[in-house]
Amino acid sequence: MTATPKIEVRGLKKRFGAKVVLDGVDLDVAAGESLVVIGGSGTGKSVMIKCIIGLIRPDAGSIRIDGEEVTGLDARGRERIMARFGMLFQGSALFDSLPVWENVAFGLIQGRGMKRAQAKEVALRKLAAVGLGEPVAALFPAELSGGMQKRVALARAIATEPEIILFDEPTTGLDPIMSDVIDDLIINCVKDLGATTISITHDMHSARKIATRIAMIYGGRIIWDGPAATVDRSGNPFVDQFINGRADGPIVMEVRPL
Amino acid sequence: MGFLAAIGRATLHLLTACGSVSLFAAQAIAVSFRPPWHGRLIARQMLEIGYYSLPVVGLTALFTGMVLALQSYTGFSRFAAANAIPSVVVISITRELGPVIAGLMVAGRIGAAMAAEIGTMRVTEQIDALTTLATNPLKYLVVPRLIAGLTMLPLLVVVADVIGVFGGYIVSVHKLGFNPASYLKRTFEYLKVMDVVSGLVKAGAFGFLIALMGCYHGYRSKGGAQGVGAATTQAVVAASILILLANYFVTEIFFSRQ
Repeated sequence: MTATPKIEVRGLKKRFGAKVVLDGVDLDVAAGESLVVIGGSGTGKSVMIKCIIGLIRPDAGSIRIDGEEVTGLDARGRERIMARFGMLFQGSALFDSLPVWENVAFGLIQGRGMKRAQAKEVALRKLAAVGLGEPVAALFPAELSGGMQKRVALARAIATEPEIILFDEPTTGLDPIMSDVIDDLIINCVKDLGATTISITHDMHSARKIATRIAMIYGGRIIWDGPAATVDRSGNPFVDQFINGRADGPIVMEVRPL
Repeated sequence: MGFLAAIGRATLHLLTACGSVSLFAAQAIAVSFRPPWHGRLIARQMLEIGYYSLPVVGLTALFTGMVLALQSYTGFSRFAAANAIPSVVVISITRELGPVIAGLMVAGRIGAAMAAEIGTMRVTEQIDALTTLATNPLKYLVVPRLIAGLTMLPLLVVVADVIGVFGGYIVSVHKLGFNPASYLKRTFEYLKVMDVVSGLVKAGAFGFLIALMGCYHGYRSKGGAQGVGAATTQAVVAASILILLANYFVTEIFFSRQ
């Protein structure tokens, strides 16, 4: 590989108490790529992307964004890097004290210091891009359905036009049709922005649709990684078991027999 | 041995808690000096703490003043010292009961609300979302509440002082047969500026502690609805205990100066 990867993760480790969650993750993401990380619940997917964006401080390892080491940054450096990121949270994480448009405009008003009137215009455009009209903009998040909340959260994540967007289980908890709508919106929004994205999911339908590359995390490490089209002939028994959703295989769930 | 270990564990737990609260407060104070300042949020918190607490604080202050006059009379009239009642009422209210009663009422009202709101934001990832939108959550959530607590509680206590003294006046004049004019004259005869000032200093300290406990316990809560419930309880209990402890130490500082 000649060009510097957009995101370069080396030897990332994190433990909570005695529980080792990440045990030396190595990962490269090229600019403009859409990487989907698959893996079962509790395998450290969420912790990994929270380390990358800086919400969790890793115990060891290196994370470089455009070649710049970001693990040891102070608060101000962290804020500077954060301005280049967007993130869609699993539970949407909308601010329930603010109306929808202010949620979308939040990064522009608070992070960029944009005037409220101008930020509102941008917010309305972004809401339109995810298929939500002006009447929705004045509502509060609690008044929306789960799918609408997800779309608002997507609009918020792309409002500042970040270079890197992280999606934490974007389709979990949605019906299959709404999941597909969200997948389409993610593909379109990312294409428009030319952003680099990392998504984590255990929804294989969604993974196949949005990924250009797929990686699988198991036991705190990346155990397989390759172009999305080759996931079906990975030759890796762990990946095969996961994408076919079989209970028997090398991955053993810790379930006590009935 | 188990007994000693339990004492040791409790002591370590207490010291850890003191350390992490101090660190939390120090971080919040440090970021409060850096722009941007969230004037709108500070104003909203001031309204919430100052204005909306008026009925609760006013009502408790009124009845505290009334019962104080009544109780002093039962005691003092036995040795013909009933004339001291106006002074006893005003000094007890301004130095002691005004700040403590207002502090405890606000701790129940505001400390709980802060812990519940910030705790819910924590468990629904809204605080993480703030960070990803390049906004410092300490500055956005904690600093406005600390400033509002520090400034609003003294103002509330001024109101509580006036209403409390008025409560004593009502009972003394209408029930115990005091002359209104001489009651008022005696009220202000022995009152010193320091009596009121020491009460207001206490109020400022209590307001800061209430906001600090509400924010700290909310910020550190985890584990969903149950965690938020626990954080709310801890915030109110810790704030109430700290108010009574701080009350003694502030009193001693002012007392030893005289």
